[in-house]
Amino acid sequence: MLGLARGLLSGAIVSGTPLLYATLAELISERAGIVNLGLEGVMLVGAVVGFVTCVATGSATLAVAAAALAGALFNMIFAFLVISRRANPLATGLALMFCGVGLSALLGAPYVGSQISGLPEIPVPVLTDLPLVGPALFAHDALVYLAAPVATLLWWVLFFTRWGLSLRAVGENPVAAFAAGRSPHRLQYQALVVAGILGGLAGAHLSVGVAKAWAEWMTAGRGFIAVALVIFSKWHPLRAIAGALLFGGAISLQLQMQALGVPISAFLLDMLPYVLSLVVLAVWGGARRHAAPASLGRVFRGTE
Amino acid sequence: MPLTLIRTAWTLPSVLLALMVVLVAGSAAEAQGLKVGILHIGSMADGGYNQAHAEGIQAMKRNLPGVEVIEVENVPEGADAERVMENMAKQGAKLIVAASFGYLEPALRVAAKYPDVKFFHPGGYKRAPNLTTYWASTPEAFYLMGMAAGRATKTNKLGYVVALPISFFLANINAFELGARAVNPKAETRVVFTGTFLDPAKEATAANALLDQGVDVLGVIVDSPITVVQTAEKRNAYSIGYHSLGAQKFAPKGWIGGIAFTWGNLYTRFARQVADGAFKSENILGGLADDYLTLAPFGAAVPADAVALVNAKKQEFIAGTTQVFAGPLKDNRGMERVKAGAAFPLTDLGKMDWLVEGVIGQSR
Repeated sequence: MLGLARGLLSGAIVSGTPLLYATLAELISERAGIVNLGLEGVMLVGAVVGFVTCVATGSATLAVAAAALAGALFNMIFAFLVISRRANPLATGLALMFCGVGLSALLGAPYVGSQISGLPEIPVPVLTDLPLVGPALFAHDALVYLAAPVATLLWWVLFFTRWGLSLRAVGENPVAAFAAGRSPHRLQYQALVVAGILGGLAGAHLSVGVAKAWAEWMTAGRGFIAVALVIFSKWHPLRAIAGALLFGGAISLQLQMQALGVPISAFLLDMLPYVLSLVVLAVWGGARRHAAPASLGRVFRGTE
Repeated sequence: MPLTLIRTAWTLPSVLLALMVVLVAGSAAEAQGLKVGILHIGSMADGGYNQAHAEGIQAMKRNLPGVEVIEVENVPEGADAERVMENMAKQGAKLIVAASFGYLEPALRVAAKYPDVKFFHPGGYKRAPNLTTYWASTPEAFYLMGMAAGRATKTNKLGYVVALPISFFLANINAFELGARAVNPKAETRVVFTGTFLDPAKEATAANALLDQGVDVLGVIVDSPITVVQTAEKRNAYSIGYHSLGAQKFAPKGWIGGIAFTWGNLYTRFARQVADGAFKSENILGGLADDYLTLAPFGAAVPADAVALVNAKKQEFIAGTTQVFAGPLKDNRGMERVKAGAAFPLTDLGKMDWLVEGVIGQSR
């Protein structure tokens, strides 16, 4: 039983980390009033650029940096179309997703089957030797350790800085933000740069951290799960940690239960993460505080 | 006289040269100008299923340099596959390998439209006058891997990461466990289904879940074995590859062995058949005796006497003196499935919907 608990915790953290980065990426976009369904594509571009960089240079640090940069650049296509050209964000997002799928497959094709050592695990001295939780919590790679601090940082930035206040104001009421002397477009661009970086990191963790391999469409829908997790976390970065851990935990739990030999059908267990999400949404759904940003999905057309 | 000598001295090499030219031209002429099309569901470098087919075509090309190949990868099953095959036929391909299970229906439709093009489909359950199906029965090979794993394990816990609980995969797992039990009565096999053929991150999590349970030998039945083999290697566990011989390089320490499809000679025979007009629609089901099902070299983790034991058993399978699913067999819920004295036939694997005693997992 202790083995199960340890494996479950460790699996939840590893599965939850890319989800958390992706959720934070979507969260900051939506806080600025833009739904980005192209996140899956951004993650894929991050995953492939990270993996290719790792193959070429052998450096996981460079790989992660390149993935973040590539994610940000790729997300700028979306930003330009939606913010400057006022294109429909939902349609543009879906187009960006498919574009990312194709582009990443093209870039990654020569690298399928390449071998990398990937992000090294960094065991924290002393703490790793703690009974039960030690190996589960303190034997991970750097992106895992950074995930929760990044979420906390984002929370602080959004709720305790002037920039964060302006960004949220743009998501709630861009006209009012504009009247108060902020530039909604500039703030939205900035939010999407940060979102691109986080999306790139999410992809890099999948390819360079967890799987240490590149495979076409290896995100397998995690970009869309992140969109749901943003709603689940009610647009709050700290609740996003809980959401990602819960969902990652559900994935890990179903695989652990199979490995343990629990006599439940694999098909039913595979549904577990999604059933759990539905249950939590149903239970939490009643409270309407911290609901979506008021101008989410509306395109700011200036004040003419 | 000296002149004649010189002439003779010149003649001999030139005759030899001419002879060589004729010979070379003769071999080049074999299947000369035949166009072969092949389409893959995934990447040709996945270290697994697709790579095995791609390497088979490359081997055919080496054997028959006169053959021209049209190769397309990452073709989704369905309308896209149909379009790609039709395009190949229009470009003059006379032999098309539809190298994914889900290409069967599209291939049958295109085959009906182009009766003079010959189609080859791996693992198909339907045929047409111009469509041959081919596959190799794998349970015997899995049984041999089970024997090697059963001897290598220290915890008596073996694990398999499998895409879906479909009958052919269940049969492989059952054979694996039976092989392990044959040399190690305490061996158990734990199986985890990921629900998908391609999600490396989930495969890594599944592999870790098995390793957390004390499993020290990991096998894998998904499109690409790379992630699972690598995860096992990182945690000092043993691993078993599948599909292509390429998985071995990912496990320099923990490699036990692997089962690979080496389609090269079979594809060469197909090309000769089509070029010579000797094609006939068949259902080919090979096994260990055939040159397209190969066991990868065993790793250092397998003791020498175990390798000898495995090889002896392999000869018994080839000779047909022993059966993988020989009764009495019970499933892992305690129900009798094969009576004593009987054997579950390898041609009926599609009906195997149970997991044998000793496997920990759910068959549906």
